Amino acid sequence: MKIELRLYASLGRYLPEKKEGNSCIAEVEPGTTIRELLLRFHIPPETRKVIFLNGIHAQGDEVLKDGDRVGAFPPVAGG
Amino acid sequence: MKILRINMGATGGPKVSDEPMGQYEGLGGRALTSAIVAKEVPPLCHPLGEDNKLVIAPGLLSGTPAAISGRISVGCKSPLTGGIKEANSGGQPSQVLAMLGYGAVVLEGKPKNDTLYKVFISKDGVKVTPDNSLRLLGNYALVEKMKKEYGEKVSCISIGQAGEMKMSAASIAFTDMELRPTRHAGRGGVGAVMGAKGVKVIVVSEAGTKARTPKNPEKFREANKIFAEGLKKHPVTGEGLPAYGTNVLTNVINEAGAYPTKNFMWGRFDTCQKISGETQAQTETSRGGLATHGCHSGCVIQCSGIFVDKDGHYVTKQPEYETVWALGGNCCIDDLDVIAQLDRLCDDIGLDTIEMGATIGVAMEAGLAKFGDGQASINLLKEVGKGSPIGRILGNGAAITGKVLGVERVPVVKGQALPAYDPRGIQGMGVTYATSTQGADHTAGYAVATNIMKVGGYLDPLKPEGQVELSRNLQIATAAIDATGMCLFIAFAVMDQPETFQALIDLLNAFYGLNLTADDVTALGKQILKTERDFNLRAGLTAKHDRLPDFFKKEALGPHNLTFMVKDEDLDKVFNW
Repeated sequence: MKIELRLYASLGRYLPEKKEGNSCIAEVEPGTTIRELLLRFHIPPETRKVIFLNGIHAQGDEVLKDGDRVGAFPPVAGG
Repeated sequence: MKILRINMGATGGPKVSDEPMGQYEGLGGRALTSAIVAKEVPPLCHPLGEDNKLVIAPGLLSGTPAAISGRISVGCKSPLTGGIKEANSGGQPSQVLAMLGYGAVVLEGKPKNDTLYKVFISKDGVKVTPDNSLRLLGNYALVEKMKKEYGEKVSCISIGQAGEMKMSAASIAFTDMELRPTRHAGRGGVGAVMGAKGVKVIVVSEAGTKARTPKNPEKFREANKIFAEGLKKHPVTGEGLPAYGTNVLTNVINEAGAYPTKNFMWGRFDTCQKISGETQAQTETSRGGLATHGCHSGCVIQCSGIFVDKDGHYVTKQPEYETVWALGGNCCIDDLDVIAQLDRLCDDIGLDTIEMGATIGVAMEAGLAKFGDGQASINLLKEVGKGSPIGRILGNGAAITGKVLGVERVPVVKGQALPAYDPRGIQGMGVTYATSTQGADHTAGYAVATNIMKVGGYLDPLKPEGQVELSRNLQIATAAIDATGMCLFIAFAVMDQPETFQALIDLLNAFYGLNLTADDVTALGKQILKTERDFNLRAGLTAKHDRLPDFFKKEALGPHNLTFMVKDEDLDKVFNW
């Protein structure tokens, strides 16, 4: 199944060559969690502060469904 | 420290007087501006009339070697909200005014005629001179003229055409380290009050000044070291903000589904990647601009930058997140070059970028221009600078424009436009927007930190529970920080690192020879809010004004399909402590 993965700010460097802006499409097996998906992209767990699953804060142990949108950020803020 | 008063309405021309701090001793920044306005300005006066006062006050630690202490507060009765106003700005003048020994500069009275004045403040005194050749100059041309006249060792506090025309969206510009008028006390129409006083520019000279001396230099140095290290080691203030600027938020808030798009019709902007902080920083560095730059000397966060065009020529400072949102995503404009031009125009004409972006969004909904049409936005802003009839309407902000053009979806509280966070997607921000003494103002109690970025803990942004307490605590802390002259961005490190918070208190104690505790800081924040609330009440602003516009309760915002859910009776509890 296909997942839309978005990696922002300094996490952008973990995106594959084939990407569009800050996002790429990842193929995953049913039963994959967000944490497993991010590990597959070699993202050190301590570098990601906030994860969104379809725009809602996620913990990381959520099991992905086809067409899900995952966004991850390092610690950032502004205003 | 002393207070400089300039009575612009005195018989025989402006009259200058110095006085000791007196009853205002120990106050600075927002604590001082709000105290003076609450005490001396009749709450029912006309904001453009003789009884209003414009108070410009550096923070308690401005002019000292304390890191990032160069913020300045501008206070008055607001022409936009009808309530008390504190508009906060960066730039150089805060440090210089404080080093010259001024706790505040107060412009008062009403000029007898329409003569335009310039004020020159140096260690040798104050000169107020009529100069009608400055009439209707933009801030950039004005500052160039001041440089020729007074040299490069100055900084300027000035208004553009919007302030002279007394528009409610008019800002006051503060020059940065490169003497560019890029830092603004933007909100609430403070520029109109300066215009009403007949003052075009205040030039402050740093010649012969030196940093203010702490009561306990050794303790001060030690505290400052811990404080600066705390800012450097926190990932937000030490890495994220310097690398990407505040505009790193475009992707964050969009991902959260709380990015107000097309005049608050939708919570995501499909092409926001094109105007994100990541793209902006990359664009700046690849063109020979700068992605990391400070707005005043002593800044250790450096969240700004220099935006240059395709040929490498300076256009403006790096537009901030709220500016990029207001003039960009809110109007469905996804072109950084267009946004930079709009930012430059706002700085030059002297306009609040948030108010103008929200206003253009409302105008677009009314059909005055098409959503996404950057050139039309540029043309509309130029009309404001010219003072044409449509320009005069737009320059008075979103509420007036919505009324004139017959638009229902007008995103304002107390007449002031909402910034870049939809309260339906970040419920805590809705509480701050609704209840702040300032009208809708994200800086008044930045719930985004805890609702979205998990700084200072975490509270679900999509649920109403706990938001009142969150906003209350943030509003109290913010008011206190705004009194110190510290940049509000220190809050990200202070909220997460107890030793950095303690270092801030130690800085104040070492400088003034005090024994303040964290409780005293909280008490100061509460006192400021109480003073402001009391002024607003006397000015006629009641609980009924502490509300979001109706549409936030009626129209659900996609993608989460939620309305604003915090109950009115809970909003009324924000200031019950």
